[in-house]
Amino acid sequence: MKKDIILAGVGGQGILSIAACIGLAAVSAGMNLKQAEVHGMSQRGGDVQSHLRISDDEIHSDLIPQGKADMIISVEPMESLRYLPMLDSDGWVITNVAPFVNISNYPSVEEIIKEIEKVPNHIAIDADKIAKEIKSVKSANMVILGAASKHVGISYEELQNGVRMLFKKKGEDVINANLRALDEGRKFAI
Amino acid sequence: MQKSLLLGDEAIAQAAIDAGISGIYAYPGTPSTEITEFVQHSREAKEKGIRSAWSTNEKTAMEAALGMSYAGKRAMVCMKHVGLNVAADPFVNSAITGANGGLIIVAADDPSMHSSQNEQDSRAFAKFALMPVLEPSNQQEAYDMVHYGFDISEKYKIPVMLRITTRLAHSRAGVAKKDSKNQNEIKLPTNLRQFVLLPSIARKQYKSLLENQTPFEIESENSGFNQYIAGKNKKLGIITTGIAYNYLMENYPGNTLEHPLLKITQYPVPRKLVDKIYNECEEILVLEEGSPMIEELLRGLLNKGKKIFGRLDGTVPRDGELNPVIVAKAMGLKTEEGLKIPGNVVGRPPSLCAGCPHIDSVVALNQALSKYAKGNVFSDIGCYTLAALPPYESINSCVDMGASITMAKGAADAGLKPAVAVIGDSTFTHSGITGLLDAVNDKSNITVVILDNATTGMTGGQNSSALGHIENICKGLGVEEEHIIVMNPIRSKTEENIEIIKKELEYDGVSVLIPRRECIQTIARKSKEKRAGK
Repeated sequence: MKKDIILAGVGGQGILSIAACIGLAAVSAGMNLKQAEVHGMSQRGGDVQSHLRISDDEIHSDLIPQGKADMIISVEPMESLRYLPMLDSDGWVITNVAPFVNISNYPSVEEIIKEIEKVPNHIAIDADKIAKEIKSVKSANMVILGAASKHVGISYEELQNGVRMLFKKKGEDVINANLRALDEGRKFAI
Repeated sequence: MQKSLLLGDEAIAQAAIDAGISGIYAYPGTPSTEITEFVQHSREAKEKGIRSAWSTNEKTAMEAALGMSYAGKRAMVCMKHVGLNVAADPFVNSAITGANGGLIIVAADDPSMHSSQNEQDSRAFAKFALMPVLEPSNQQEAYDMVHYGFDISEKYKIPVMLRITTRLAHSRAGVAKKDSKNQNEIKLPTNLRQFVLLPSIARKQYKSLLENQTPFEIESENSGFNQYIAGKNKKLGIITTGIAYNYLMENYPGNTLEHPLLKITQYPVPRKLVDKIYNECEEILVLEEGSPMIEELLRGLLNKGKKIFGRLDGTVPRDGELNPVIVAKAMGLKTEEGLKIPGNVVGRPPSLCAGCPHIDSVVALNQALSKYAKGNVFSDIGCYTLAALPPYESINSCVDMGASITMAKGAADAGLKPAVAVIGDSTFTHSGITGLLDAVNDKSNITVVILDNATTGMTGGQNSSALGHIENICKGLGVEEEHIIVMNPIRSKTEENIEIIKKELEYDGVSVLIPRRECIQTIARKSKEKRAGK
């Protein structure tokens, strides 16, 4: 098993918690992992991406080769499109549709959604809305991960364990809110 | 053994703790910052009493680490590549004094300039200083090389450079740890003149550094970090340095590469191994993450030997970091293009955060300067450099730490009026103080704006050495008290602030304005930490 995942978003949106969940789950399942992150200047509201690679075999490059990613998981709709050149021809785009507008020339959201729908394999989910409905606005990331859960190559139980490990220090309430968010995302995608 | 998931930076920090360092010294700088932060947050490091607070700049960090080495203890000093320019004087001379306790200098380079002003290759600096270099290709090697580096540092009494690049620094992978060592006891150098670089002593020390180049190279050939991997297709031999190896192997899953390969991760360049691959193969491809240093050596000035492919003939782009596709193309392999980015996707450059005090400062400054022609504002390295971009377009320079004040001074000397310097609090203490003293001594007509957000913001909100010191420093340097003015950069005070700035722009002499309001990111982080602590 081998999955190459591009995580996309805007600096400060916390794409790394999604990466950490998959990572913790993959490593406890005995897989190898490499994950390249963006630190520094871009974190100030710029576009950020992380390359997450998990595999049963040795992983060489920290970066995913162009055109070879199995999926793009994005917490922001326009950002999901920025990395399309990275995607394999039968790869998935799984993205939040709630825009993060911190630039004056942000394009029409309808047009962005249309572009996402042109990708043969896509899941477009309003994670912000779902997170709000379950009264856990901070868990939108986990809603998106839930929507991607069928495609990340790790069993759902292991992903749930990843969520538990990630939020262990924050107590049962936070763990349960995030597990709920994961469930809601998964339900949406099925 | 259970592996920990660590960034390359964190693997280096953990290895330093395990190898028995007594102190780590650094000024924050992407992509090196997380090394020192890891030690600062490590419970183990705290229990062992390892000192780890931020230094004022890379030069003070390098010198303090050298002092700790003098006292016989192991020390690490970390910086980004341009930080090494700041520390260049003690760095180069430390190769001549040599080390006593083990000393590793970590230089984190940033090819492609993700968060930097240039992409200089620190291996060139180490070669200049005649210092051995370790250049890990992965996180585990980074961990192992720190242990090895401290050992050879003490064996040959020489500081060692550990050179990494952004992708290794900021990529996570599983790392297996070794047993941890105790710290060294205090033990002064056997020869108490070892560190006295008077010409008569320096000449001797330099000769022994030159003599040591041979043992350093033998280490390079025998340590096992440089590897010659045989291959049956000898039409082409490949030399990789550092993480270039990974990008090559990515293209040959299951070790299907048929060409002889020399993987270099330790310097001086192991000539015996280079000689072997050069003789065995018809042509050579050199893949280097950074400058074409080995490629240049192989080609020589006139390039009359075998055909050498690499960055200099365009097989690989001359600038920027490598990636699997660049290497695939260099190997003549098929690559994928993926889908096109739709036309409506627009750029999202980094920007100042909503509510950032710098916004209020530069808005007021723009207003105060509106009656003058554009182009009078020199600036520096920090979040506020983003004020060069729309919508503010407030600043006209960003060169190196501290250059705002000295460039403003030079421009004022040339007759530019007004000449304004915009510098952050942490950058001011890093390298702005001496320039301000020049301006005071020369009675230069400059207005210095020290944006005091009480932190080192761009690198993630580290403690600033300037905290609580700025007015006293300015007074001590001789800036007149009535021209040291603290301002409150909030929207409701904009008009007032514009008037203050206007008045000081008119003043013929050195004035220092200090807009003071804490970074909103550090405020948010502190309140989060407070809540978590409850």
